[in-house]
Amino acid sequence: MATQVVMPKLSPTMEEGQLSRWLKKEGDQVSVGEPIAEVDTDKATMEMQALSSGVLRKILIQEGESAPLGQIIAIIGDAEEDISALVGKAGSPQEAAKTKERIESSVEAGQDGAQAEMAGVVAEGARTQATIQGEPIKGDTGAQASQGQQQPTAQGGPTTASAGGNGSGTAESAQGDGGRLIVSPIAARMAAEAGINLRSLSGSGPGGRIIKRDIEAAINSGKQAAAEQEAAPAAAAATAPPQRHLRAVETGAQPAGLPSMEGPAPYRDEPTSVMRQTIARRLVTSIGPVPHFFLTTEIEMDKAAEIRRSINEIDPELKVSINDLIIKVAAVSLIQHPQVNASFQDKAVRYYERADIGVAVAIEDGLITPVIRGAERKSLGEIAAEVRELAERARSRKLMPDEYTGATFSISNLGMMGIDEFTAVINPPEAAILAVGSMTPKAVVRNGEVVVRQIMRVTMSCDHRVIDGATGARFLQTFKKILENPLLLMA
Amino acid sequence: MNKEATQTKANATQKRSGSAGVIEKETPAEEQPDPAVLTKEHAERKEEQKGRIQELDRDTLLHLLYQMILIRRFEEKSAEAYSLGKIGGFCHLYIGQEAVAVGALSALRPDDYVLTSYRDHGHALAKGMSADEVMAELYGKAGGCSAGKGGSMHMFDVGLNFLGGHGIVGGQIPLGTGVAFATKYKGTDQVTLCFFGEAAVNQGAFHESLNMAQLWKLPCIYVCENNQYGMGTSLERAMSLRDVSQKACAYDLASEFVDGMDVLAVRAAVERAVERGRKQYLPTLLEIRTYRFMGHSMSDPGNYRTRAEIEKYQERDPIKLFIASLKEQGVLDDQGLAQIEDRVRAEVEQSVKFAEESPLPAPEELFTDVYAEQ
Amino acid sequence: MAVITMREALNQALREELTRDENVFLMGEEVAAYQGAYKVTKGLLEEFGDKRVIDTPITELGFAGLGVGAAMVGLRPVIEFMTFNFSILATDQIINSAAKMRYMSGGQFKIPIVFRGPGGSAYQVSSQHSQALESWYAYFPGVKVVMPSTPADAKGLLKTAIRDDNPVVFIEQERMYGNKGEVPDTEDFTIPLGVADIKREGSDVTIVARSLMVPVALKAAEEMEKQGVSCEVIDPRTIRPLDIETIIKSVQKTNRVVVAEESHPFCGVGAEISAEITERAFDYLDAPVRRVSGADVPMPYAKNLEKLAIPDVQQIVAAVREVAYLD
Repeated sequence: MATQVVMPKLSPTMEEGQLSRWLKKEGDQVSVGEPIAEVDTDKATMEMQALSSGVLRKILIQEGESAPLGQIIAIIGDAEEDISALVGKAGSPQEAAKTKERIESSVEAGQDGAQAEMAGVVAEGARTQATIQGEPIKGDTGAQASQGQQQPTAQGGPTTASAGGNGSGTAESAQGDGGRLIVSPIAARMAAEAGINLRSLSGSGPGGRIIKRDIEAAINSGKQAAAEQEAAPAAAAATAPPQRHLRAVETGAQPAGLPSMEGPAPYRDEPTSVMRQTIARRLVTSIGPVPHFFLTTEIEMDKAAEIRRSINEIDPELKVSINDLIIKVAAVSLIQHPQVNASFQDKAVRYYERADIGVAVAIEDGLITPVIRGAERKSLGEIAAEVRELAERARSRKLMPDEYTGATFSISNLGMMGIDEFTAVINPPEAAILAVGSMTPKAVVRNGEVVVRQIMRVTMSCDHRVIDGATGARFLQTFKKILENPLLLMA
Repeated sequence: MNKEATQTKANATQKRSGSAGVIEKETPAEEQPDPAVLTKEHAERKEEQKGRIQELDRDTLLHLLYQMILIRRFEEKSAEAYSLGKIGGFCHLYIGQEAVAVGALSALRPDDYVLTSYRDHGHALAKGMSADEVMAELYGKAGGCSAGKGGSMHMFDVGLNFLGGHGIVGGQIPLGTGVAFATKYKGTDQVTLCFFGEAAVNQGAFHESLNMAQLWKLPCIYVCENNQYGMGTSLERAMSLRDVSQKACAYDLASEFVDGMDVLAVRAAVERAVERGRKQYLPTLLEIRTYRFMGHSMSDPGNYRTRAEIEKYQERDPIKLFIASLKEQGVLDDQGLAQIEDRVRAEVEQSVKFAEESPLPAPEELFTDVYAEQ
Repeated sequence: MAVITMREALNQALREELTRDENVFLMGEEVAAYQGAYKVTKGLLEEFGDKRVIDTPITELGFAGLGVGAAMVGLRPVIEFMTFNFSILATDQIINSAAKMRYMSGGQFKIPIVFRGPGGSAYQVSSQHSQALESWYAYFPGVKVVMPSTPADAKGLLKTAIRDDNPVVFIEQERMYGNKGEVPDTEDFTIPLGVADIKREGSDVTIVARSLMVPVALKAAEEMEKQGVSCEVIDPRTIRPLDIETIIKSVQKTNRVVVAEESHPFCGVGAEISAEITERAFDYLDAPVRRVSGADVPMPYAKNLEKLAIPDVQQIVAAVREVAYLD
């Protein structure tokens, strides 16, 4: 049966929308959830998704034209179906007013604009189906009309599970660099539900097939990490990202153990908003695959230097460097600013739940970045020892791949080479890299007096698809504050 | 030898006695009989028919004629509808064989059972089914006797004890045997009439059924409508022993050879078989020699027989023959015939109207009638 | 509960249904005077007389069709094939007449008939007398197909089959006639068609087995228990209509399936079950559905070859280990 596509309410204040671009043309096949057009609202350009499958039979407004809320702008139906009645209806201002009224009354009822509209329209059984932006729809019927985001549940009908069942599992495998990922259906489903990156697992089934027990093991290790996190309030519990995708955490069947530092950092995926996608798309097309921007700040390093000296005095074996301290502080700051400890995943922004710091090490014919995993929870001594050992092996080319891949943030320090300030290139899919310059004594004004301080300039390169200026700045503020007052590490 | 076997033998002997309705079996079909002999024989048989007319009341006679004409016109209409694309699939017409179904069924009680093959329109009408529901079935409409699910080959009316048109050659013969088994099991005196073509005689089902029927004394009357062609293959090319009635000997079964162009001869032979079935639970095999004037089905090219052959048989068209006898006996005049024709025409036209107007089966009917609910 | 053989259980069912309904009659080769080629019909001729317990000539097509005709007019025939191998001669009547009569007559007829007899592998009788034909009959809408694996199921299902208003193909396993089991003493014990039975509960692997393969699967499950794998054994009991829901529910729990059958794999019931699982529970699978079927060859005579052609405990164990990724 043919359904009408109406101008949807895409922002709370929207009265009309301008159709900026049709992504489908008449006669194209469209399926539920597929973007069919871009609409400029008073706030932004939004993507509209189809709410029914079929053929885009008729486009009723052209690119550049505007339509009030609720006006029928297209018709989706079967290829052969007679849609003349619906086309006729499209011109009717009463029809638009009726839909608009329905939308508005649902907004007044305190529900969220477009989503409530959808719930209302669909629930009412009217075959008018507005299109909506890519946000998940709240409300029962609306949620069914949305796509993709909805993971099949264990209670869900068995026949409907397959479409969404592979969820982020296969999405992940599709964008990975390696060969085809082989996963059993139940494993893919469990991974999607638990937010586990299938790429991070090695399958124990034939031919490396990832099977149920592999996911169960991963869930258990994630659970242990989570349990550890709860037990360690020092790790900035207040700022820890939500763990709702780690379903096993809630069930808590397994006893908590030591945190795992194996494999990549646990993470959660949050769907990218339309705006985030658009920003990503636009910036990429303007300045290259990863749109960089740079933030520089000066840091007083006197206290850091003092702390370092004290530690090494107490235990000369530790051999802690300023760089080790920078790693530790960066890691702790990242946990407080998960927006920076993240990566852009096309359909999602991935927020890591552990700070795995890549440390750029110059080697004979290039550069390698061994990874200090979970640096936020490691002591300076541990970090120092690990960096030393990894760097040594890096120079002798004895690192295993999992020792130099999968960082969530990187640090490049050219200070020891006398560089005052520089910018570094982000190592995708990480969202940022910190370029650390040399520590030099400088005359600065403090409390009205000219004093000499050890000053270090750092520049953070940010992936604008993930990090905005203010986000990056707030991170750097924290970083600076802790580094200038390293005792805060104890707080 | 027991009494039944003796009687069977007596029946078999009766066939050779030259009594009414029986012709010499020794005339092989492929040999050209002496035309003079044949003409004489046909003349004799016409006299026999006239004799039988005298034994029957006028209403019965005219009803038989009416039924034969109804089948003829109905089939002509079917052919027309088929050519217009109104009827699909197979469509096997009964034109030329009307005397067999009409004569045979006129010897039955309404509660007797009838089964036949896929050439079943005539039997359905003769058993009393309305032309409306038969035509609607041909049209594949909801108003058809089988709700549009059976088509030309599968006419059924459980209320009239018409147990169907069956599509596999010979498949209905064991079924008819089973129906006869059931009536005997229940202790009724119903008989079962099971029609099939001569080609079915070559199927195992025929032989297995006759064996069981005589073994267990089942009141089934096996009526072989020998129209001399199994589709395009003549009897001569398909059967080693061409005398079908003689096959009964293998199972110690009563049998007769009957002229299928004489409706009253058929009736009389079936009456004798019915008597045997009702009173003694005994089966009978009747070979009724007939001829179909049309092709095997509507898609038959007809290249296996000559026009001359068809015309030769059309001279003994069972309807023409019966009309002539009735007129000669003063039972029928032109006006009476015209009345019958008018009545038939109205009925057939009405059936087409009914079929045209009947709705198609509802799509949900696709999934009904697969299993019976308890 | 009495412990009796499957043969006795079937005999009880026939006796009870012959007693219960005058319209039920039993017909087949050697069912009466000989007391049944496999003694399933022992004593019935004496009890019910030759009107209702009828020896036939060797004429499968004929008496199968006779049964269908009798069913068309209200009797409830139980037609015994001495073995189902001979039913092949009668398939025209089972398929073209019994299965389709109701449909092609627009619902005018009920065909309450049971075709029963031993099927599946026998002992060293070579290719023509040792084969599983359930997938043939189960293919056709209009027929029900039943395969019991225990004496209790045999009795309860046969009684229901005889009372069913549709054609039922009831395949007993020749090798299982002597198997003993408890049969409820309850008066008029019946089991509905189309309801699977969970013969053993488990959580790791589902084994779907029917007929002869049920006890074999249960032994395999015992063996796997020792290896730390918990197997659920499901016996569909009725092949058509198939209780796929019970199987799917189990698969959702275990995520792994082995279908054990003694029939050939190609176009078999196992293939159907596998397809259903893939369609309905794909997202619950942790391994491909694994079939353990009879060898894809005609049955050989030599004892050692015959043994190789029929699935055994070890083959099922191996398949379970495979889907549980234990190797």
